[in-house]
Amino acid sequence: MNYFTNDLTKIHAQLVNKELTSYDLTKQTITALKETDKKVDAFLTLNEEKALEMAKAIDEKGIDPANLLAGIPVAVKDNIMTKDLRTTAASKILENFVPVYDATVMEHIYAHDMVPIGKTNMDEFAMGGSTENSAFKTTKNPWNLTKVPGGSSGGSAAAVSAGIVPIAFGSDTGGSIRQPASFTGIVGMKPTYGRVSRWGLIAFGSSLDEIGPMTRSVKDNATVLAAIAGFDEHDGTTVNKKVPDFTANIAKGVKGLKIGLPKEYLGEGVQPEVKAAILAAADKFRELGATVEEVSLPHSKYGVAAYYIISSSEASSNLQRFDGIRYGVRATDVKNLNDVYVRSRTEGFGPEVKRRIMLGMYSLSAGYYDAYFKKAAQVRTLMKQDFANVFADYDLIMGPVAPTTAYGIGEDVSDPLTMYAGDVLSVPVNMAGLPGLSLPAGFAAGLPIGMQLIGKAFDEQTIYQAGYAFEQATDFHKETPTLGGNN
Amino acid sequence: MAISKEQVTHVADLARLSFTDEELGQFTDQLSQITDMFNELQEVDTKGVEPMTHVVDLVNVLREDVPAAANPQEREALLKNAPDAEDGYIKVPAILDNEGDDGE
Repeated sequence: MNYFTNDLTKIHAQLVNKELTSYDLTKQTITALKETDKKVDAFLTLNEEKALEMAKAIDEKGIDPANLLAGIPVAVKDNIMTKDLRTTAASKILENFVPVYDATVMEHIYAHDMVPIGKTNMDEFAMGGSTENSAFKTTKNPWNLTKVPGGSSGGSAAAVSAGIVPIAFGSDTGGSIRQPASFTGIVGMKPTYGRVSRWGLIAFGSSLDEIGPMTRSVKDNATVLAAIAGFDEHDGTTVNKKVPDFTANIAKGVKGLKIGLPKEYLGEGVQPEVKAAILAAADKFRELGATVEEVSLPHSKYGVAAYYIISSSEASSNLQRFDGIRYGVRATDVKNLNDVYVRSRTEGFGPEVKRRIMLGMYSLSAGYYDAYFKKAAQVRTLMKQDFANVFADYDLIMGPVAPTTAYGIGEDVSDPLTMYAGDVLSVPVNMAGLPGLSLPAGFAAGLPIGMQLIGKAFDEQTIYQAGYAFEQATDFHKETPTLGGNN
Repeated sequence: MAISKEQVTHVADLARLSFTDEELGQFTDQLSQITDMFNELQEVDTKGVEPMTHVVDLVNVLREDVPAAANPQEREALLKNAPDAEDGYIKVPAILDNEGDDGE
């Protein structure tokens, strides 16, 4: 099966017509994965035996003609808990961890007869934007194997981009779905906070984290989101709202839509080719009948600082549970119980995770709480108001996902400040809890450029509608990577 | 506002992390640079602005305090994840230094 040219609708038709079984599709997919992943290194753990069993059972039960997702192989980021299948969050401290229950998202995946074939690489505990912070391997960008795939959902992004799977699941705390989608030329959705259950997602920043789908096309993305969204009694922050059919209005076009283009999103630090691609996309939307006007999100420039205080504070608290007692790796050379905590954490966490824990502890500690955590939480209120002001007059906001295209492996990882600055255009969406989509909008030197479409809370539908219109009117999503070196 | 090595040591202690002298120096520099970036927030006028810790209005969700049935297989699987377990309990070393007997 060629996932570059076949979308879910086409694969589904073959499955329904019995030209193809889910078993054969899964088998072919895993065989091709093993070959392609020698170059890309997107996967940490394969689920071969069980996936084939599942696919066989789905074939025996019969492919539901009304379910586009039936029998489709998918990949899952390794911070989403999978019962009886090793889940590491790409950390040494969870190297041997086997969950005893499934994340709610996994239950949705099984209920829709999707077939998880493996767990994907990521930055350790989802902290990073290049997947280089994985304790286990460095994932490569399928468009140029010397470049990073972005992160933290870099393995999921690379797996879709390289054509290994048609669907992968990621998580996004400050851009971790959208930025790798942008770097690898695919479609990635960070849904509204509260839309998708976080139960069973290994927590990083609990007020920011959200699980979402990564796919090759906008319509496939909308189909997958509908399958995993909804209220969950296990997650008190999910919102009890009816999940709409996100594909229902997808072909309605953008005529009459009002789109805001924040001037802060095309400012200093944005690569000229990225800026040009976004301006061209704005013209394309105008040509299609939308109004695009410059707007302002004045507190955007404080987003990175406020985000790193809040997300690190939440992380420092969330990661206290990793103490070498109940699960994970325990240090052996210890004198007493406190030593178990200190040595297990010191040996188990990588440098970036330690840095975030330290930043969070510091921001929350006596004497600094008001200056850092409280101040950041106040700025967060202002950032949310910025969006509300624009959305009083506009349906959508557009801009780049990241200031640049993918950078070289090893280029940024040693300098945290440079790394953090790359998040300036993606973190405001998490701070305000809004939905944001990344979709292909151009190329620079053979590397994909992603456009971000931001919507009102719980209005993923309008995002998909505009994204689909743009996709249908452009050819960027038809380009495929060659999995080569320097191109 | 530069951070001192002593402050970093104190925060590391709170975080149950330990660093070598070299790492401590590196972390002190990096944390100083990052908190310099954090200090840019001081220029924002936040007088009278409510801090926001959550984007959705959270409500308390209550249910009857009824224990779910214990599943012995789940218990076994949970204990399998523990680095050290015996007779259905998780084993840990002694709280106090215990040189001769390391609690194993």
